[in-house]
Amino acid sequence: MTAEHVLFFVFGAVSLIGAISVISFRHPIYSALSLIVTFFAQAGLFVLLGAHFVAAVQVIVYAGAIMVLFLFVIMLLNLGTLSAKSALKGKLKGLAVVLGVLLAIQGVYIAMTAGTDTALESAQASTEVVTTYKIGELLFSKYLLPFEVTSLILLAALIGVIVLVKRENQAEN
Amino acid sequence: MSLGVEYYLVLSALLFTIGVLGVLIRRNAIIIFMCIELMLNAANLAFVAINRSLGSSDPDGQLFVFFVMAVAAAEVAIGLAIIVSVFKHKKTINVDEVNSLKG
Amino acid sequence: MSKELIVILLISPLVGFLINGLFGKWLKGQEKLSGVLGSLAVFISLTCSIIAFIKVQGGTTLEGENGILYTWISGESFTFNIGFHVDALTTVMLLVITGVGFLIHIYSIGYMHGDSGYTRYFAYLNLFVFAMLILVLGNNYVMMFVGWEGVGLCSYLLIGFWYEKQSATDAGKKAFIVNRIGDFGFLLGMFTLFAAFGSLDFGSIFETAKELQPAADGMGFVETDNFKQIFGASTLVIATLLLFVGAIGKSAQIPLYVWLPDAMEGPTPVSALIHAATMVTAGVYMIARSAVLYNLAETGVVVAWIGVLTALFAAIIALKQNDIKRILAYSTVSQLGYMFVGVGVGAYASGIFHLVTHAFFKGLMFLTAGSVMHAMANELDIRKMGGLRNKLPITHATFLVGALAIAGAPFLSGFWSKDEILHSAWGGSKAIYIIGLITAFLTAFYMFRLIFVTFYGKSRVEPEVASHLHESPAVMWLPLAILAVPSALIGLLLGVGGHDSWFHHFTEDVFPKADKAPGNVILFMVISSIVGLAGIAYAWTRYKDRVPSDEPTNALQRLVANKFYIDEIYNTFIVQPIKNISHFLLWKVFDTLIVDGIVNAVAAIIRVIGGTLRRLQTGLVQVYIVSMVIGIVLFLAYYLFFA
Repeated sequence: MTAEHVLFFVFGAVSLIGAISVISFRHPIYSALSLIVTFFAQAGLFVLLGAHFVAAVQVIVYAGAIMVLFLFVIMLLNLGTLSAKSALKGKLKGLAVVLGVLLAIQGVYIAMTAGTDTALESAQASTEVVTTYKIGELLFSKYLLPFEVTSLILLAALIGVIVLVKRENQAEN
Repeated sequence: MSLGVEYYLVLSALLFTIGVLGVLIRRNAIIIFMCIELMLNAANLAFVAINRSLGSSDPDGQLFVFFVMAVAAAEVAIGLAIIVSVFKHKKTINVDEVNSLKG
Repeated sequence: MSKELIVILLISPLVGFLINGLFGKWLKGQEKLSGVLGSLAVFISLTCSIIAFIKVQGGTTLEGENGILYTWISGESFTFNIGFHVDALTTVMLLVITGVGFLIHIYSIGYMHGDSGYTRYFAYLNLFVFAMLILVLGNNYVMMFVGWEGVGLCSYLLIGFWYEKQSATDAGKKAFIVNRIGDFGFLLGMFTLFAAFGSLDFGSIFETAKELQPAADGMGFVETDNFKQIFGASTLVIATLLLFVGAIGKSAQIPLYVWLPDAMEGPTPVSALIHAATMVTAGVYMIARSAVLYNLAETGVVVAWIGVLTALFAAIIALKQNDIKRILAYSTVSQLGYMFVGVGVGAYASGIFHLVTHAFFKGLMFLTAGSVMHAMANELDIRKMGGLRNKLPITHATFLVGALAIAGAPFLSGFWSKDEILHSAWGGSKAIYIIGLITAFLTAFYMFRLIFVTFYGKSRVEPEVASHLHESPAVMWLPLAILAVPSALIGLLLGVGGHDSWFHHFTEDVFPKADKAPGNVILFMVISSIVGLAGIAYAWTRYKDRVPSDEPTNALQRLVANKFYIDEIYNTFIVQPIKNISHFLLWKVFDTLIVDGIVNAVAAIIRVIGGTLRRLQTGLVQVYIVSMVIGIVLFLAYYLFFA
């Protein structure tokens, strides 16, 4: 039982509980806050995996920017407590739960067997910490084109949001 | 001795399933969006874990996480804008009340 | 002879058609310009034709490779060229088409004056000349067929020119449909020739045909590389007879002649140009062009018999008609029959010679009939005329020339050409000669019945028409006067000497050598003259100064007056059954029940399926996601347990 084990189980448990809370709370604010908890726990897991840069981005972008957006919208729409009732009725809801369980079993099974996968078996897991320098180097050499495309996607999203909201205003006027 | 990759993958699978379940049973569009974020995060976790256990010197997996985050940010921005628009029209964001695609 | 000359000759009417057809809107109100343009286009063609004629006479022809303009369709085993074949026969036809055509264009300027479709009329007329030129200029059957269809189309358009009139559109459709039957035969004939010879070029077909040797057993011919007996020994017989079916339709022979009398619904110059001088003679031209084949197949006898029977039949019908244009129409049918007798008995040059003379005098007579109508406010019934001689002196004189020519009065053009045909027929079959002679008598009789009733005797013109009875303007009577000259003299110029005449020498390279008909030429001429003059004299005794009482008095007369009820027979046995089949079987049963039923059934099935499937589209996003997750679970299950 190393420190890594302990930390993994702690972060793992927190993220799971957070996730379950997201889908359980009636009030969206609570759900959003639970999601933030999950994100922080995941950032911890990333640190455990030696991905310090990703962990930092996780906190800054997800827990910071994206969640703020969520909270902002929730407040903007002034949503009160919602019924936890599913949109699905009767049998379909049961079916959804059964499907979720099945999916979980399959996913876990695949994950368990992945440890015995030959490719992963033979490889010596690297323990070294990935530096930001290295990520930057890769980003501007091997992944230059995807990187540029990503910037275009963000630009498109930016314009899209403006258009969506602006048209609404005109329609109201 | 570091932790086996399967621990992370099991955790990833569980988080993903919770996300799926959330999408299936909740009717609030914002919650559904959050669940989608959960699923994306589960995938991110798997990326990083597998990247490390493959022993590669290049952190390709982490770069994919980076891209996923960028896409997620764009998606959230657009998605929330749509939700705001829908709310303005219908005064609700319950997906079962937004069914104009009914055949 | 250069190809360029022929191209100009051919394109000129097309340009005229395009200008009048496309820009007719802007030419409205300036109808003179439109008419002059149309006439000018044909005049250019006429000039080129004369040049071509002179060159052919000097021994230069345009044949084979030299005439090819460009390749139209090129395939592995066949090639169709756009090419010209210009020889003596072609130039004769060219002169007739453009010469008579030009005069009729001029005449039309006056005749169509004030018509609302003036530019349209000249556009069609130019298009017709263009199509007719393609027909005679082509160096293969494909081009001939293109022209063949083109003139058919123009004929249809011009018969139905006054489309507000029900009878005109009906006549147009009738002409078109009856012609289709013939064209179908022509097409099948072409297919047969192509299958047999592997080509449709005149040059290669006729070269091959000339080399053919009769088979040892007397059945058909020895096959060569270029000739296959696809229908056994009777290949050529079938091919030539099918082509002749086309000629029967186009040239209005029994049993497809019925469209031509109705075609008189069109403007009179059209009747003169298309339904007397040029288009209807296309069948004769085609057979003359294919002379080699007809000689080999020995199917000329069929052609001759059909021709002579048509000649007699039409002449009999003409006896009892009272419509001036219909008399001329039946006369045309009858004279076409003569031409077929000529080409049928192997006297191709004589047949074509009669074609030429007929084009002049029949064109002339139609134009004079038009002149009479013009004066009489479009009256057609000769019983309401009479005594027009004094009021319409030029019309009367020119008509008289034409009638004398067709009746075979000595030394006029019809006398020479008809006599040649009859003389040759005597060499072929005595029966044909006798029937031809009877027809000649009838021809003279009904023509002069027409003349005496129309121009002589007491005037029976209705008073209000009589008040403004007048001679036609110069633009109309000048063409009449000009046409009267060749109608009278062309026989003397070209035809004197029978088989040694200038015309025969001119065309001797084109046609296979015909045997000289037996008997004394002079004797035949005398007999023909006597018969013709007898017909005139008999008409004189019957119709001179007498109001024709044309109420049929006995069954035979009634039969003739009603044109042997041929139209009624066709109507009862062909048109009505087809209509009934179309109406009940094809429409009510096949179309309504089967076709509509299938279409509606397909639609109904799709509607049911769609109605069921649309329930899947709940509009609830989570239902969609459930189905998606089901898919994922199944996919993973397959991956885990089977892969």
